[in-house]
Amino acid sequence: MLTAMARAIERRLPLIVVSPLFAVSLFFVYGFIAWTIWISFTKSGVMPVYDFHGLAQYERLWATPRWYVALKNLFVFSGLFIAISMALGIFLAILLDQRIRIEGAIRTIYLYPMALSFIVTGTVWKWILNPGLGIEKVMRDWGFSDFTFDWLVNPDFAIYTIVIAGVWQSSGYAMALFLAGLRSVDDEVIKAAAIDGAGPWRVYTGIVLPALRPVFLSVVIILAHLAIKSFDLVVALTGGGPGFATDMPATFMYAFAFQRSELGVAAASAVMMLATVCAIIVPYLYSELRGARR
Amino acid sequence: MRARRTDGIVRPSGPGAIALRVLLFTLLGLFCLYYLFPLFVMVSTSLKSLAEIREGSFLALPRAISFEAWAKAWGSACVGVRCDGLQPYFVNSVMMAVPAVLLSTLLGALNGYALTKWRFRGADIIFALMLFGAFIPFQVVLLPMARTLGELGLAGTVPGLILVHTVYGLAFTTLFFRNFFIGVSDGIVNAAKVDGAGFFGIFFRIVLPMSLPAIVVTVIWQFTQIWNDFLFGVSFTVGDSNPVTVALNNVVNTSTGVKEYNVDMAAAIIAGLPTLLVYVVAGAYFVRGLSAGAIKG
Repeated sequence: MLTAMARAIERRLPLIVVSPLFAVSLFFVYGFIAWTIWISFTKSGVMPVYDFHGLAQYERLWATPRWYVALKNLFVFSGLFIAISMALGIFLAILLDQRIRIEGAIRTIYLYPMALSFIVTGTVWKWILNPGLGIEKVMRDWGFSDFTFDWLVNPDFAIYTIVIAGVWQSSGYAMALFLAGLRSVDDEVIKAAAIDGAGPWRVYTGIVLPALRPVFLSVVIILAHLAIKSFDLVVALTGGGPGFATDMPATFMYAFAFQRSELGVAAASAVMMLATVCAIIVPYLYSELRGARR
Repeated sequence: MRARRTDGIVRPSGPGAIALRVLLFTLLGLFCLYYLFPLFVMVSTSLKSLAEIREGSFLALPRAISFEAWAKAWGSACVGVRCDGLQPYFVNSVMMAVPAVLLSTLLGALNGYALTKWRFRGADIIFALMLFGAFIPFQVVLLPMARTLGELGLAGTVPGLILVHTVYGLAFTTLFFRNFFIGVSDGIVNAAKVDGAGFFGIFFRIVLPMSLPAIVVTVIWQFTQIWNDFLFGVSFTVGDSNPVTVALNNVVNTSTGVKEYNVDMAAAIIAGLPTLLVYVVAGAYFVRGLSAGAIKG
């Protein structure tokens, strides 16, 4: 009798052990998302209140000029960041795929920025791009006395400095993913094409790159995901300034939540970010999971 | 990574090929310079005196090497009103990262093991839900998390940050271990079950010892993520409990007094050194973590 009970417990032990773990971690994600969504439908200001108040916070959000600046910056930044990182990534991956003996060392150099915090990256690029002492000064010392490079403090161009630093940090990552993809293309097909007289250019454009389509998709999604979440880099490099010229949704949300104490608007902006990420990630995860099961 | 074996087939020889080869190495070298350039600027600026920074070019090597900026960044630079340098915050980061990495790795291993070797109904759904948790923009949990930490009495403390990093690290660690265990044959586990070994017995005595590679990848990934985190640190800690990334940002963006660029750069290197060291020592595992983080399922 006792052993039977012990057996029954033993059989259910896995579930007994892991279900609180799953319950807690799912609660911290989905329970909290629900809380934030709920707050975005209330009148919450400095303190959260829980009475339903309709779409008022969303109306306020979409009537805030600063939100439009953040959205425009997100589009400009992610477009350039993704395009340049990918172009650089695929280019470097193809260069590295030419049977380079010191490939390991070079790859290490291309990829190390990925190990750094965006705060460190922001700090060093802020110094390099500093109009008084950085690139601008060097160029002037070299005799180009009219050379100006003040993007960091120029509201119209500051967003591009974030692109510069972001690409420096993440292009190596894109390179590593593309390189892994290149290595997984079937050698036999390439050899066959080469025997048929296809030159390297034809081999890449005709066979290798088309075979990499899924890798392209992964890289776009990973970079887009990085771009939407970008917060640290903006804070470290420009602090969202000059003014709020380089605000992004992530810094916007932070400012409204912790500096201006407008919880409702902050929650509404967070929900907009979540919706954007969902639109990109959910179809991707769905296809990946389905692909794995097949 | 496997080198492609197409010797003598794809690659032509002759002067044209040599010229191409030279071009190839020139390009590769230029890009090495591009990626190394900020590191060089950081190190060289941190070793200069302020006077030399103002006069000379930021590209030049230091004329006289001085470690003053390093000493100041570590021990006496002002972070807000407190002037003890980065040292206390560096300690905070260690106190935060070590337990959070170990906890999230161990629990992730347990999750992955339960999801693959003791498959129960709904395991796929739970995994899909957890996987999505790895991708949410954390802005969407900041407000409720801040309140929850307040309720738990953990607001503004290092243990609070450990909790946050463990909880939100679980999605990734579970993913890593699930993908690893799926490749491990069920035979050994089933044989142990027949022999009467229990859930934990199998986990600690059989599964955990054989998952060393997955543990290394996960620990490195988690350490890099948690050490480099800024969002949680700046949202949930104040002053004395700040992790080093937040302290670095405060040092750099302090608007009072003379701007000490050499101290800023030394501080940036100090904050970046632990993850950089991990990368140099265990780069291969780091790369594996990156690609595991990229290709799911």
